[in-house]
Amino acid sequence: MTSTSAQESASPATPMQLLLRRFLRNRVATAAALLLLLLILVALLAPVLSPQNPYDLSMVSFMDAEQPPGGVSVAHQMHFWLGSDGAGRDILSSILYGLRISLGIGLASAVVALFFGTCIGLLAAYAGGRVDAMLMRIVDIQLSIPTVLVALILLAALGQGVDKTLMALVLVQWATFARNVRGVAQVERGKEYVEAALGQGLPARYVMLRHVLPNCMAPLIVTTTNQIASAITLEATMSFLGIGLPQTRPSLGLLISNGFDYMLSNQYWISVFPGLALVLLVVSISLVGDQLRVALNPKLDL
Amino acid sequence: MALLEVNKLVTEFHSREGVARALDQVSFTLEKGKVLGIVGESGSGKSVTAFSLMNLIDSPGRIASGNILFKGEDLLKLHPKRWNQLRGNRIAMVFQDPMMSLNPVMRIGDQLAETVSIHRPIRGSALNDLVHEALRKVGISAPRERMRAYPHELSGGMRQRVAIANAMINDPDLIIADEPTTALDVTIQAQILYEMKNLVRDSGTALIWISHDISVVKDLADDICVMYAGRVIERGPVHEVIRQPAHPYTQGLINSLPQSSGKGRRLYSIPGATPPLLSLPSGCAFAPRCARASSTCAQVPPTVVAGHREHRCYHPLGAL
Repeated sequence: MTSTSAQESASPATPMQLLLRRFLRNRVATAAALLLLLLILVALLAPVLSPQNPYDLSMVSFMDAEQPPGGVSVAHQMHFWLGSDGAGRDILSSILYGLRISLGIGLASAVVALFFGTCIGLLAAYAGGRVDAMLMRIVDIQLSIPTVLVALILLAALGQGVDKTLMALVLVQWATFARNVRGVAQVERGKEYVEAALGQGLPARYVMLRHVLPNCMAPLIVTTTNQIASAITLEATMSFLGIGLPQTRPSLGLLISNGFDYMLSNQYWISVFPGLALVLLVVSISLVGDQLRVALNPKLDL
Repeated sequence: MALLEVNKLVTEFHSREGVARALDQVSFTLEKGKVLGIVGESGSGKSVTAFSLMNLIDSPGRIASGNILFKGEDLLKLHPKRWNQLRGNRIAMVFQDPMMSLNPVMRIGDQLAETVSIHRPIRGSALNDLVHEALRKVGISAPRERMRAYPHELSGGMRQRVAIANAMINDPDLIIADEPTTALDVTIQAQILYEMKNLVRDSGTALIWISHDISVVKDLADDICVMYAGRVIERGPVHEVIRQPAHPYTQGLINSLPQSSGKGRRLYSIPGATPPLLSLPSGCAFAPRCARASSTCAQVPPTVVAGHREHRCYHPLGAL
């Protein structure tokens, strides 16, 4: 943000272009963003890319069980580039399908939590006073209990299932969003442009939604990114412990758990490769989130 | 009937340390199409007056008593819905800091269009033309391109012009400008002042211009209100007040202008500082700094009306 006259004469870049330019200045983050894009693409195209549909029983043969990486299938004409598991499923294919589920659950839960958290946070900032105090105490209580514990208790009570896992993830995440939005919205609310908007005769509710909320976007984007990463890890933890997703919808966490029994018999690949995929996914999301934080903060001059 | 009539307005801020009376019995009137300058030091209640008139006083502040008649309608008894119809439409405000008073993530054109469309059923290309015309009127070059700009792409002076365009776009009866040139550098300040003067004259809009700078008000206003510690201590036609001030504080303000002191002399300054609002002296708030103060000044001076001028002092200067 240097001289304004220079900016005026230059061709105006849209905020998106500016953001992209600032983001790409960090090589590690750029690499992470590319990796993340690749992972998302691969997850989306899993049915096309994977050598085998690991959940189509006609494609899976017990004769192929526990093939090491690079092994050749006995039943079908294919290689097990990352080996096969105890039931003869191709690990690579399982990972691709698992990525889909992990990413899908992480995204879905973060978006739903974002929605509820934003509504509650904005309401608290808008209403102020007692409503604000009450909502924020609920948030405090929610955040003071370890997330794994909350998710464990919920899933133990609700039982397994995609919907139940989602519900548990949303329940442990909304509070983070609510606190975040409320904090940012309160700061924005005190700024003069909000006063000016009210002074133009715009109704307060409208001002909150049209003026305050868009100005909260930058920190919200960062929080959402980080929450997606933590939702994926949390889901993996739950699934690893056997209380998250059912066996029919194996996420990365479940794949790791399935291969865990084979670790001691030196069949490392069944657990390690899904584990690596999980690490790559979460680390790339986190790195992207960190760089977004930098790129979205106009005060940090790069 | 005057366009705006403020009667004994009292605005208070409640805090743990006590009640700060930011406005104490503030009264003034403003005729249609006239310019009223409100001057005073920081903390004298200028901005609180503006925010009270716009009903933008937030808790812990509140308007405790008095009334504000705008075209005969008591603003303090209005329903919030009616307020939203008036604000931005019949009464508009220009804020002090143009860096802060525009929404940073909205295009200039959209912000102006919003001000129009919330009050008037104008849409589409007619709305676009109106916004374009409003920006052109305040002296923004290439308004078509500027409409697509974000506030950070404009300079401070440009932004304040946009804010002024935003205030004027619905042809309000009254514009309240709260130190709109303070945050700008002097050359831009003079330009904006000059343009603002022409704009209100052409549109017949009444203007309340708030400033700490009496020389700015001198060139712009028809009437002047001098405030001190939440009270209007002198009021009248601007040229008469400046030529022959009645209140010692007004005299002090005029003497503090650089052109009042001779070349090479020390600039005059009023001794002392404004008292904190939580511990105002009983009686005249200016008495501790006043050379003319006597024992009677321990009581709050009444408003003395002399013709079209008034002041609050037991020992006025000159023969008023």
